[in-house]
Amino acid sequence: MSAQQVPGGPVPGEGVGAGPGEAAAVGAPRRGNETVYFALRNPKLLAGAVVVAVLLVAALAVPPFLGGSPNAYVGPQAQPPSAEFWFGTTNFGQDVFAQFVHGLRSTFLVGLLGGGIAALVGMVVGFVAGYRGGLVDEVLNMITNIVLVLPAMVVLIIAAAYLEARGILVQSLFIGLTSWPWAARAIRAQTLSLATRDFVDLARLSGRRAHAIIFREIAPNMSSYLFMTFILLFGGAILIAAGLDFIGLGPPQGVSLGLMMHSAVSWSALQLGMWWWFVPPGLGITAIVGSLYIMNVGLDEVFNPRLRET
Amino acid sequence: MWRYFGRKLFVYALTFFVAVTINWMIPRFMPGDPVRSMLARASVGNAEALEAMRAYYSSLFGLDLPVWQQYLNFWGSLLRGDLGTSVWLFPTPVSEVILGAVPYTLGLLVPAILLSWIAGNKFGAFAARGRWLDNTVLPVGYLLTATPYMWLGILLAWSLGIVAGIFPTAGAYGFALQPSLSWAFVSSLVLHWFLPFLSLFLVAFGGWAIGMRNMIIYELEADYSSYLEALGAPRRLVRRYAFRNALLPQLTGLALQLGTIVAGALLTEIVFSYPGLGNLILEALNNRDFFLLQGAFLFIVLGVLIANFVIDVVYVLVDPRVRVQMQGGAA
Amino acid sequence: MSGVSLEVSDLTVHYRTLRGDVHALEGVGFTMADGEIMGLVGESGSGKSTLGKSLIRMDSRMRHVRGTVRLDGEELPIGDQAAMTPFRYHRVSLIPQYSMSALNPTRRIGRMIDELLESRGVRPASVRAELLRRLDLVGLSGQVLRRYPIELSGGMKQRVVMVLSTLLDPSLLIADEVTSALDVSTQRAVAQTLVEFRDRGYLAGMIFVSHDISLVNQIADTIMVMYAGKPVEKGTAEAVVNGPRHPYTRMLISSLPEVGVTHAERRLEGIPGSPPGLLDPPRGCRFRERCPLAFDKCDQEPPFVEVDRGHWAACWKAG
Repeated sequence: MSAQQVPGGPVPGEGVGAGPGEAAAVGAPRRGNETVYFALRNPKLLAGAVVVAVLLVAALAVPPFLGGSPNAYVGPQAQPPSAEFWFGTTNFGQDVFAQFVHGLRSTFLVGLLGGGIAALVGMVVGFVAGYRGGLVDEVLNMITNIVLVLPAMVVLIIAAAYLEARGILVQSLFIGLTSWPWAARAIRAQTLSLATRDFVDLARLSGRRAHAIIFREIAPNMSSYLFMTFILLFGGAILIAAGLDFIGLGPPQGVSLGLMMHSAVSWSALQLGMWWWFVPPGLGITAIVGSLYIMNVGLDEVFNPRLRET
Repeated sequence: MWRYFGRKLFVYALTFFVAVTINWMIPRFMPGDPVRSMLARASVGNAEALEAMRAYYSSLFGLDLPVWQQYLNFWGSLLRGDLGTSVWLFPTPVSEVILGAVPYTLGLLVPAILLSWIAGNKFGAFAARGRWLDNTVLPVGYLLTATPYMWLGILLAWSLGIVAGIFPTAGAYGFALQPSLSWAFVSSLVLHWFLPFLSLFLVAFGGWAIGMRNMIIYELEADYSSYLEALGAPRRLVRRYAFRNALLPQLTGLALQLGTIVAGALLTEIVFSYPGLGNLILEALNNRDFFLLQGAFLFIVLGVLIANFVIDVVYVLVDPRVRVQMQGGAA
Repeated sequence: MSGVSLEVSDLTVHYRTLRGDVHALEGVGFTMADGEIMGLVGESGSGKSTLGKSLIRMDSRMRHVRGTVRLDGEELPIGDQAAMTPFRYHRVSLIPQYSMSALNPTRRIGRMIDELLESRGVRPASVRAELLRRLDLVGLSGQVLRRYPIELSGGMKQRVVMVLSTLLDPSLLIADEVTSALDVSTQRAVAQTLVEFRDRGYLAGMIFVSHDISLVNQIADTIMVMYAGKPVEKGTAEAVVNGPRHPYTRMLISSLPEVGVTHAERRLEGIPGSPPGLLDPPRGCRFRERCPLAFDKCDQEPPFVEVDRGHWAACWKAG
């Protein structure tokens, strides 16, 4: 429930369908070239990647130049954007641009960690459930369904409310632990369809161990699918973190895009018409997450020739 | 049939059990003393009253009892409908506070969910395979689903509310009004409702439109569509079949998205100071009113579970395949 | 067999891909007599399925480059989706490879059939009795019309599709690999049913696309063999199987241990080498590379000529 994606939306539908099995026979290099060839010619993938890359570079490269704390009172109060303060200043004279680039940092970090943890849990649960089957599958399925139905955000609100040491790491961990179920489900389904393929049978007959089969035979054959799942989890984690920060449950000392919106609303930026305070953080999140989703559509077209426009 | 629903209900019951357990565990096993941190923020000046509250809450948490007994007591009072007493609105019972807010949340959520689902599906199906529309709808839809709920709320409140001055941006009705069935009150209610509804609707709409667009393309490529086309069936008929079949996964999608949309509603309410559960949660957090917070949590979980079950029932009604399989199982 | 009913000449169809056009059919020409069942055989990628599709509905990647198709003396506008629609189902019909999944899973079969008929300007009531009679012929009761596809076995679904596809007595039926998903005994039953449909006049002519030359031999009047987008041989089933003229056909048939029950596709692959890529097809005879008889002249393209009465072949050594 993490990602605000619609199932069957950007998630590759029957992704692994035709490709991987045969691809092994064809030989990896040729397929790799082909993937790159189509990737470089996919406008959705390229446009999304460019937006994400620009924001990522801004997040990584700009803060060192600014120096000082993004929360420091450095300028006149409540100034609209100017040559000196590109995104204007807050009620207290903080530089909105400095907050924005620092906020981008935590946004990417939460996406990476939260999405990464969710992907890890989802993969482990999905692989094991799909490959082992039987009782293990039943139990894991039950757990998945329970976590799936629980509204993740609301659980996180409760947990964060009691938690006094709220850092970005803890936040990511919690987000990761609540937003994996749909990924686990999808990966389980893919694993099930791969587990009956000849090359997996062959590996099993030759006495390979389960984890070796999963990581050497099954996972590589759905790597594109896993990557796309991770992208969706990444976007979902960002949105959840923004929501928590907006309620005021984010890292108390930090800077984040959600927290910026929280402060803007708390200090009447709307009534005062200080649009430069609340437009950039939301726009930043929308741009990152939206670009990730659109990238995913592009990736889907690259990996599944069936979807390519002709 | 009973097997199918029995299984579903079992999972939901188990989920509720887990939710209650989480609810019970979190204050007890998180670092820090919940009673003290709770009262530290409670705006009670009178020292005597403070002491009384302290004693009351300590006994409520029952921290001196063995853990298993605390747990059983927790369930006991829950099943009696006793969610404790609010700190923020002391001494109103939590259940009463929540019941006062639930109608507002439902009033936002139910129309937003249903209308966005219907409109999004229609629009997505309409856009699919129309080259021009498809190329606009797709990016716009993805941007809408990627928009944080509260940000769209902020933008709408600022642009249509504060700058344009068309809609009020706080509360559920005018400050000067008392709830009644008068025209003045109802129109004020609708005006206040519109923006939060709209922002919820728009974000969800984007998701459904994309979902349908992707699903229907898949269905239009399905074998039954190719067969109809080969036999010269008009596009209208092929699309009608594809749309109907694509709605089924979208219904499953609705169940999966409930939690996200509910969370979106909470955030939106906070932006608009709309007096539903979201605002209640914010007040509970600001006042460290943990009983209220936990009560709201249980209510939301319960609501999501019920909605899930309703979707399960609807699904069986609209998908003949499930129905046939269930009959096959019974026979 | 009376006059000519299907006349294909110089039919050329390309598949558009991002790497360029795949020349899936190149200058295909042949005729079919009224009432003829023509078996169309070849390896996968030989163009046999493309030919089948071209005659009823090209998919969005296919492009009609040139050539004409005449059915009962009337030209089929095969490159024009809209203009082709009136001919579909009424005059040209299809039993697809995917019969098991050809029916809308969420409609009762009867209702789906009615809706399809209505959309094609046929009053369902007017063919109702015929529909029930034909269902009965293939061993299905009228009850199936009230069922959903999921309630039927694969074989039942296939029979429903066979009846539905031929309900309007088309002049030409394309049966595209209809038996490939079935076991051997069912394959034969399905093939026999189609022959019976022809005998009863439910269809005037049929192209039976298959990779299984021995099955084709059992039901077809004539056989056409395709290789790399071109027909290499066409003649009566007997002549093609017993006296093949083209070296490719000869190798196909000699690679069968006996003409009987066997899986021909595996045998086809037993011929050394592989067919040329059709993105940029080689000049001259396309079988040259694999042909044991190839000689200098083979870098010119051999014409598809009548080498015997009613027997055509495209090979310089066939004459």
